[in-house]
Amino acid sequence: MEILVCARRVPDTSENEIQLNSAGNDIERDELVYSINEPDNYAMEEALQIVANTGGSVSVVTVGGEDDEEVLRREMAMGANHGILLADDAFAGSDGRGIASVLKAFVQKGNYDLILTGVQAEDGGAQVGGMLAAMLDYPFASLVNSIEILDGKKLKISREIEGGNKEISEIDLPCVLSIQTGINEPRYVGMRGIRAVASAPIPKYGLSDLGISAGTVGADAAKVKRVDYFIPVLGKTAEMLNGSREENVEKVLDLVAAKGGLK
Amino acid sequence: MVEGNHLAVTSWLVSGRALFLAIHVLGIVGFAYIVARRLVPLTRAERDLRFDQPLARLRMVLKFWLGQWKHPRYKTAGILHILFFSGFILLAMRAFTVLILGVSYNFVMPGLAGKAGHIYEIATDYAATVVFLCMIVAIVRRVVFRPARYEVPAKFGKSHKADAIFLLALIAVLMLADSLFEAAKAAGQIQPGQAIAFGAVFSLPWLLKVALASASLPTLGRLYFSGYLLHEVSFYFLLCYRPFGIQFHVETSLFNIYFAKLDRAQLKPVKWGVSDDALDQVKSFGVKTFEDFTWKQMLDFYSCADCGRCSDNCPANAAGRPLSPRFLTIKARDYAFQHYPMFGKPGNGKALIGNLYSEDEIWSCTTCGACEQECPLLVEYIDKIVDLRRGMIDDGTVPQSLQKPLKAIESRGNPYGKLEKKRADWAGAKDFQQACPVKTLGKKNGAETLYFVDSITSFDDRMQSIGRATAKILHHIEENFGILGSAEKDSGNEVRRFGEETLFLALRDHNTEAIKASGVKHLVTADPHALNALRHDYKDLPPVEHISQVIAREVKSGKIRFKPVENGDKVYTYHDPCYLGRHNQVYEDPRHVLDAIPGLKRVEMKRSRDRSFCCGGGGLMLFYEPKEEERIGVKRVRMAAEAGANVIVTACPFCMVNIEDAIKVAGLEGKMSAIDLAELAEQHMVRESSEGQPKVGEIPQQCVTGR
Repeated sequence: MEILVCARRVPDTSENEIQLNSAGNDIERDELVYSINEPDNYAMEEALQIVANTGGSVSVVTVGGEDDEEVLRREMAMGANHGILLADDAFAGSDGRGIASVLKAFVQKGNYDLILTGVQAEDGGAQVGGMLAAMLDYPFASLVNSIEILDGKKLKISREIEGGNKEISEIDLPCVLSIQTGINEPRYVGMRGIRAVASAPIPKYGLSDLGISAGTVGADAAKVKRVDYFIPVLGKTAEMLNGSREENVEKVLDLVAAKGGLK
Repeated sequence: MVEGNHLAVTSWLVSGRALFLAIHVLGIVGFAYIVARRLVPLTRAERDLRFDQPLARLRMVLKFWLGQWKHPRYKTAGILHILFFSGFILLAMRAFTVLILGVSYNFVMPGLAGKAGHIYEIATDYAATVVFLCMIVAIVRRVVFRPARYEVPAKFGKSHKADAIFLLALIAVLMLADSLFEAAKAAGQIQPGQAIAFGAVFSLPWLLKVALASASLPTLGRLYFSGYLLHEVSFYFLLCYRPFGIQFHVETSLFNIYFAKLDRAQLKPVKWGVSDDALDQVKSFGVKTFEDFTWKQMLDFYSCADCGRCSDNCPANAAGRPLSPRFLTIKARDYAFQHYPMFGKPGNGKALIGNLYSEDEIWSCTTCGACEQECPLLVEYIDKIVDLRRGMIDDGTVPQSLQKPLKAIESRGNPYGKLEKKRADWAGAKDFQQACPVKTLGKKNGAETLYFVDSITSFDDRMQSIGRATAKILHHIEENFGILGSAEKDSGNEVRRFGEETLFLALRDHNTEAIKASGVKHLVTADPHALNALRHDYKDLPPVEHISQVIAREVKSGKIRFKPVENGDKVYTYHDPCYLGRHNQVYEDPRHVLDAIPGLKRVEMKRSRDRSFCCGGGGLMLFYEPKEEERIGVKRVRMAAEAGANVIVTACPFCMVNIEDAIKVAGLEGKMSAIDLAELAEQHMVRESSEGQPKVGEIPQQCVTGR
């Protein structure tokens, strides 16, 4: 099976202190550490496991600039066979639809049976996967937390629905799936693995390579624009318990019972 | 006449010469074949450079093999072993003599004719008796007293008891046969009706000799013959059976100890003979299949005597984690026996993780070193654990709980993902800066001494107090010191011990460069894990000391004086951090410091110094979520309570995390507390000159006498 994983580079939320810039319309990006969007690792791990069982190859693609090459290398160190960078100045400032358009153009150049995305970008809104599927006229399923290959043409997939129940569906290939975190345990990639693929070629495709008309992507084409960015003020909902150990235990039990947590 | 009788008895052997010779040949050829087969995996193993320093290795043999150095750590078993080991050593020559007698019945070992021979005979008569009795005692121990450490938990298979008893009984039979043989000969010599000659009175041969005094010569001859045959058969049976079980160490221990690691503080390189720079060319890291072990690691597996001392001292095992060092070895040995059979082709190397070992089993180790400290045969465990982890890291089989901190160390230099520029914030508070200025070293800002703070002390709110106490002590003794600040990265002690060698090397190179650029002449740290890494894993650095060593020295010099203890009614106990004690042999300095505080009451826990019980593990182990029945730290806190202490003093920030948590988990909050040695020392330092600075050379009394 030929699988394409769409990945993205985001500020690493666990290793940064997010602060607003002076203008208040974005975060301060000077000292940020970027890394792969964590949910994309689950998509990649799933792709690698499918290929390990059924054969085929995994490609990873990202839309961005030169800096984004690092996440492709990371995913290649994880096991992806090919990495492709879709970069062009004209892509800058694209909204979700713009990015989906770029990806669509790339997908149509290849021959992929299955396209996986992470459930959402940590700095995004879980839009690209669905739009990409619609543009390609592929079936789409989101929040997928298990995949079973039925035959060459169908998958059995499941997603968790409210309350913890599982819903099982069948989906025709080719399709687009957004992969829920927790579907697997992504493998570890250390410096050694990344060094091993440091010189692997990563082809770069721009606007003309993909045959995209300039007006459909980039800031000018974006119909969703960020106008503000703020960090919510801490509310006063936290209650500190400062009693003795026993008193605190009592109090916690009361509070939980009051909220209906204990019956 | 005596001579004639002797001949009459011993000549009986002549009739069996062909049989004896056949058994000899069968036994020797069989043994040679078995050993050759056992060596097959060693020839397919990774290399291990252990052929250097023959004198140092011989010293090891003298101390740990001939001297049985570690054995008395377990009194009963240790004394038993020393007794029968000495017995075996004495009996070795006699055994060879006896074997040769079968084909040459009047053979005398050169040098053992006449008086020397007589003395040797008496000595060996007693030796055989002692060995025989030891076997009986050992069997009784196994059957009646059943020390817990010999038990085999169900998850590790069937009990080893029957095999152990069978082997012990065989040795007893061998001794009995040897004694019968000797007694029949001696009884033959005194026939008929002579007084019994003086010999090894009350020895087993002597008793048998007395019993046989009135037996007829032909009977004695037959007994002599049977004794020989039984001796020969049991000897060769044991020889050929031992390589199938726990007694193989009889043959391998000498080699295992000769080739044992000389410098225990050095971690095994990823591959012997491959420099750090060439590591990128190495295809696979660590141990993934059995053949990835080195030949010495395999020899370790063969040499294990199944005594259970390692697991008896292993904190992971005690807490119910899935790791038992004893079975790490036994499982590998069984694997070798199974996949390298006596006949037929060796089996194909399967992945060890998932088949022989579970992932959790290998991540469970805190690398505290208690197992290695205990092993009488010097089996090495930490290197194997690290090698197995290197294999898992290379394959990407790493729990998510460890991936996060590893990734954060890679990008930010600390496992918490905090900003580099905040690394020196612990020293930044205004009132602290005024009392104790801590400079950040750079090109223009030099110092004599570098305080290497390391990640946890830099970023953890609680542990920053240890950093400030350390800085205040250095300031008090007028040390010209500074820190690296944002230029410092995690020392990488656990990064390396969790198998991430490539990341470790990057950290090491970065820190080495920063330290060298600072131009300092000494390094001090309050974190034993940093101490260990800087001292043993880094190269060509200025000398590194732990703050407890600095305090102890300055207490002696008089620069540090203590006021009477603040909590006179408290009872203190010192917990030896593994990386300060076992891995760096600093046991006395922290105790000297405590004893120099006037009025401080100190007790020792049962498990202290080189038998200290790990707090639960430091560095990345804090992030790992083990499956366990009870926290290791909780066990340690209970040990302190048992000793009658209510303050646990430690000298490591990771011990502090684990012990403070464990005090809460054990429900001992308010009854028990923990403090770092540097904090305690700093609190009690006499600062005012009006309180009387001691003259240099004036040594506080407590320090000299100790306690």
